[in-house]
Amino acid sequence: MKNYAGREIPDILLEKGKMSPYNPLITNGLKKKESLSSAERQRQSRKIVDSLEKAVALSGLQNGMTISFHHHFRDGDYVVNYVIDRLAEMGFKHLRLAASSLTNIHAPLIRHIQNHVIDSIETSGLRGELAEAISKGLMDVPVTFRSHGGRAYAISSDQLHIDVAFLGAPSCDPFGNANGYSRDTEDTSACGSMGYARVDANYADKVIILTDHIVPYPNIPFGISQYQVDYIVEIPEIGDKNKIMSGATRYTNNPRDLLIAQKAVDVIAASGYFYDGFSLQTGSGGAALATTRFLREKMIARNIKANFALGGITGQIVKLHEEGLIKKLLDVQSFDLDAAESLKNNRFHQQIDANYYADPFSEGSVVNELDVVVLSALEVDTGFNVNVLTGSDGIIRGAIGGHQDTAAGAAFSIVVAPLTRGRNSSILNHVNTLTTPGDTVDVVVTDQGIAVNPLRPEIIERMKKAHIPLSTIEELKEKAEKIVGIAEALPFEDQIVGIVTYRDGSILDVIRKIRNDH
Amino acid sequence: MDFLKKGLAGTLESGDIFIEIEKSELPGIHIDLQSKVKNQYGKQILLVITETLKEYGIDNVNVKAIDQGSLDCTIRARVTTAIYRGSGKNDYRWE
Repeated sequence: MKNYAGREIPDILLEKGKMSPYNPLITNGLKKKESLSSAERQRQSRKIVDSLEKAVALSGLQNGMTISFHHHFRDGDYVVNYVIDRLAEMGFKHLRLAASSLTNIHAPLIRHIQNHVIDSIETSGLRGELAEAISKGLMDVPVTFRSHGGRAYAISSDQLHIDVAFLGAPSCDPFGNANGYSRDTEDTSACGSMGYARVDANYADKVIILTDHIVPYPNIPFGISQYQVDYIVEIPEIGDKNKIMSGATRYTNNPRDLLIAQKAVDVIAASGYFYDGFSLQTGSGGAALATTRFLREKMIARNIKANFALGGITGQIVKLHEEGLIKKLLDVQSFDLDAAESLKNNRFHQQIDANYYADPFSEGSVVNELDVVVLSALEVDTGFNVNVLTGSDGIIRGAIGGHQDTAAGAAFSIVVAPLTRGRNSSILNHVNTLTTPGDTVDVVVTDQGIAVNPLRPEIIERMKKAHIPLSTIEELKEKAEKIVGIAEALPFEDQIVGIVTYRDGSILDVIRKIRNDH
Repeated sequence: MDFLKKGLAGTLESGDIFIEIEKSELPGIHIDLQSKVKNQYGKQILLVITETLKEYGIDNVNVKAIDQGSLDCTIRARVTTAIYRGSGKNDYRWE
């Protein structure tokens, strides 16, 4: 037959090949557009919806579905509260909230849980009033805690299916190219990398971007690409950029943290993993972050350069990069505004998503290419198991983050902690909550001594050779007990308030309700 | 030692304990303890306060204790100071 353009098309292609003849009238979307200018087309983008309510209606969200958020604004996040307030007003019930993490600012969720707007939560961590209320039995369904790598894997393998993702973005163009900063304008509420949000954008059924800066097309570089975005809603403010660097990522001048950091650097230097071309990550927490400062001196003294740093990128790490001491930065989450600024300006500072960062089953996950990681801990036990989720009072006040992922992936994992905090010992017989298994932790560094995991005899040898004084983990525990005494068991009840999963989704531990006597 | 007035010692700083001791109409030692580590160390803190009071032969008092994670040595020091201040004595027993 002849197609619309008058060319002869053999029937065999149409019948057996199941192809169709060209016809601009029915080849929808391929017809040449009206002669609108690019600027005009941007103004008419159908993705921009004039209210969140409208976007929610278009997304097809139903009661009982799963909604997701990222936590790149940490304590400065306005998006979670804004969206869930609107969903509550719209009458939604029984939603599952799957956030990459939740912080102090999310206390208003308590009311939405009580009113059954939110029935269950999946997160990396919880802090503040919300965490305390959940520890005291607020929710009927226990919270599922996942590491960043564990969450990425759960989402990409559809064990955690996201129906609608609500992703705050400091910049977005009319077709959905979104990012944590913009090279077009200085005044965005920059959060830097959008590494966790990119997983949601990749796998959610519907993606709604909330932004306070609609910028001209094409918004490059983009963290989230236009083909992943369904709707765009402009709201007055998505977050407070001054609070990105808060809580877990504060810069320390605490002399004890600095002492721990100095010891950790001595351990790194003697570990056998401190070579020209090595790779590193420092976790959040004062002492862990401070190791970067001392590491710099050691790197200069020994003329060693790092091939890459992974993270959780901080201003400290950026400085080393700009000095030429670290060749490349891989950034799933920018810990402060200096890091966000560097991501915008430095060519070898690369944004990566959480699957790329830490998916346990993806070959080339960057955590598996790490030499050294320095991590914080709330509690460590004599089996080198770590707790980063519950405080010494048994109340949830932390996040798994990338702790499990990097401890397992890195060739050499160091956990730093002060021996005692106030009246609490950091070294126990058994951690209250198991978040990182002891066989993935190689060394514990405290201000009062260093213990190497007996599973790593070669490390013990190297430390001895470098004249680094070692203790056993039991000796550290006893040293702490001499100072603080022996704690009584916490008054846990039977109700399970949290499920701690390992990277692969298996259950590592449970968190129980703490007796509410206040 | 007799309590002429309220004996106060300590602060609300982290690692410290604030102690207030006054005479009680009721016999015995009555301690009102607030502590962020009450679940883990409450019994021990009460024991140290009581023992220190007994060392000075003190009975029939109300004690208010606001603990911010203090160690036993701090608790003893603050209680002892509150005792001396409340009783107006200064014949200190230096250790």
